[in-house]
Amino acid sequence: MDGLVTAFTRSYAAVVVARFRMLLQYRAAALAGIATQIFWGCIKLMVLGAFYAVAVTTPPMTFTAIVAYVWLGQVLIGLLPWNHDPELQELFTSGGVAYELLRPLDLYWFWFARTLAYRTAPTLLRMVPGIVFAALILPLIGLPEWALPAPASMNHGLMFALSFVVTVMLSCAITILITISMFWLIEARGLSTFMYGVVPVFSGMIVPLPLFPEWMQPFLQWQPFRGLCDVPFRIYSGDIPLTMASQEIALQFAWTTILILFGYGLITRARTRLVVQGG
Amino acid sequence: MPQILVEGLSKTFRIAERKAGLLGAFGGLIRRQYRSVDALRDVSFSIAEGELVGYIGPNGAGKSTTIKILSGILVPSTGRCEVNGRIPWKQRREHVASIGVVFGQRTQLWWDLPVIESFDLLRDIYRVPSSVYERRRDELIEMLDLNRLLDTPVRQLSLGQRVRCDIAAALLHEPKILFLDEPTIGLDAVSQLNVRAFIKQLSREQKVTVLLTTHDLDDIEALCDRILVLSDGRLLMDGSIGDLRQRYGDGRYVAIELESFTTVTPEHENLVVERSESHILFSVESDVPSFIDDVLGHYPVKDLLITHPPIERVVATMYEAEKIER
Repeated sequence: MDGLVTAFTRSYAAVVVARFRMLLQYRAAALAGIATQIFWGCIKLMVLGAFYAVAVTTPPMTFTAIVAYVWLGQVLIGLLPWNHDPELQELFTSGGVAYELLRPLDLYWFWFARTLAYRTAPTLLRMVPGIVFAALILPLIGLPEWALPAPASMNHGLMFALSFVVTVMLSCAITILITISMFWLIEARGLSTFMYGVVPVFSGMIVPLPLFPEWMQPFLQWQPFRGLCDVPFRIYSGDIPLTMASQEIALQFAWTTILILFGYGLITRARTRLVVQGG
Repeated sequence: MPQILVEGLSKTFRIAERKAGLLGAFGGLIRRQYRSVDALRDVSFSIAEGELVGYIGPNGAGKSTTIKILSGILVPSTGRCEVNGRIPWKQRREHVASIGVVFGQRTQLWWDLPVIESFDLLRDIYRVPSSVYERRRDELIEMLDLNRLLDTPVRQLSLGQRVRCDIAAALLHEPKILFLDEPTIGLDAVSQLNVRAFIKQLSREQKVTVLLTTHDLDDIEALCDRILVLSDGRLLMDGSIGDLRQRYGDGRYVAIELESFTTVTPEHENLVVERSESHILFSVESDVPSFIDDVLGHYPVKDLLITHPPIERVVATMYEAEKIER
């Protein structure tokens, strides 16, 4: 049984590794991406810094927590599920889906594996220079208060790591829903455009969620996109206290599970009504 | 129990339709019109282990649909289908691990990876044990002459090279059944012969069951003992090439080379298929010997050749006959 499980995971792992290696080739795109993200990080911090300087009431987050939130967001922006793997899009328009179904793999997890590579490989490429800039270079050039701080404590760091793993899964679960929509839509561009508007706002990527008006907080608190940025980033900075962290991660995990089950159900339904394009 | 069993298989697609023009485009947004297309109608056949069967029919006849149902990709509307005792679309994962499929018009290799890395990836996906894989891989590389292609990214291969690699990729997990959907499409003469020779060898030496769709009737003639003819979703014929000839092209082609230019006699005029300055080709339906006597009496014959009508001709006649019947 144990051997069977290992063999089973081996095939999915192979898919992840192959796609991952292929995506690591896009170094120029990564460099361009990270330059943009550093630029936006600086702009965002300056705007938020200006607001904080003139704040009349005590803001809901410390400025250090804001700095951590913004830099983590900029560095990990590639994880946001607002687009989908063009390679999978291509399968739908060209009829290549047929070959996907010829593999002795579960279609959902097969695509999940590919999506995992698609989400993590470019992110990894951009993460390293981004962190070097935000955590090391900024203090060196005399701007330590604008630099990415270390996690609030060792335990915060560990909880962040745990939450981050769930974030990656959640991101893949949402991305794959966009992919699955192509069974009905063929083209996912429309849905992607929609996600492009929704995901950055409700994840906290644009403005940290605690800074939104009070009346929106109950809604923001429970929606799934929060698990993409807000939860892990605030655990990191200690804005979410350790006592609350496990509860927050549980909610994040619950959403991930629900979305995975939803996607799984959809893909099973789509199978029976599949029409392969181009004969 | 045959290895592949198909009984009363039908597949109806529902296709969204929209009227031409701007008005049609807006209409489609409000109410979609659907049209049903019967891709397969009550098709039945069975194939025994080790058979090499050709599957022919005009474009849109339903050949690819059949292959896709047999390989578990599509779910049929009605009917029964079992391969190795499994229902392809229900036990898809076990099923696809035991078959190999090549769609000549698409590649299953990873576009950016060197061929050998695609092979290694397939080994992991199909969970082929390393020792088995290495033996099989080397055997296929040898048989299909892939040695010099292994380190080339797939996108840089020529079509003929790519198809050979694709065929190898479909066989790495040692399937006992191989479905080939137009494997020789677009290939040059040499590549086509190579692919054919390989299929023949595979069938003869390894007893792999092969179902082959093609438009190239030379493929069929060179390879298949048995053909299934499909037209408009219906199975027209299931038999040997000999049966096909008997039913739709029993006559002979008589080609003569002339000593000097001669006009064709009026009673032979409607038998002429082709003519040039020095050659005439007749199609003769019955009583070939007396026709030959006639020809020798009427024309200055330098040389004479009697052949079967080419298979293209036979099939064209059959498709025509079928159209008229309906």
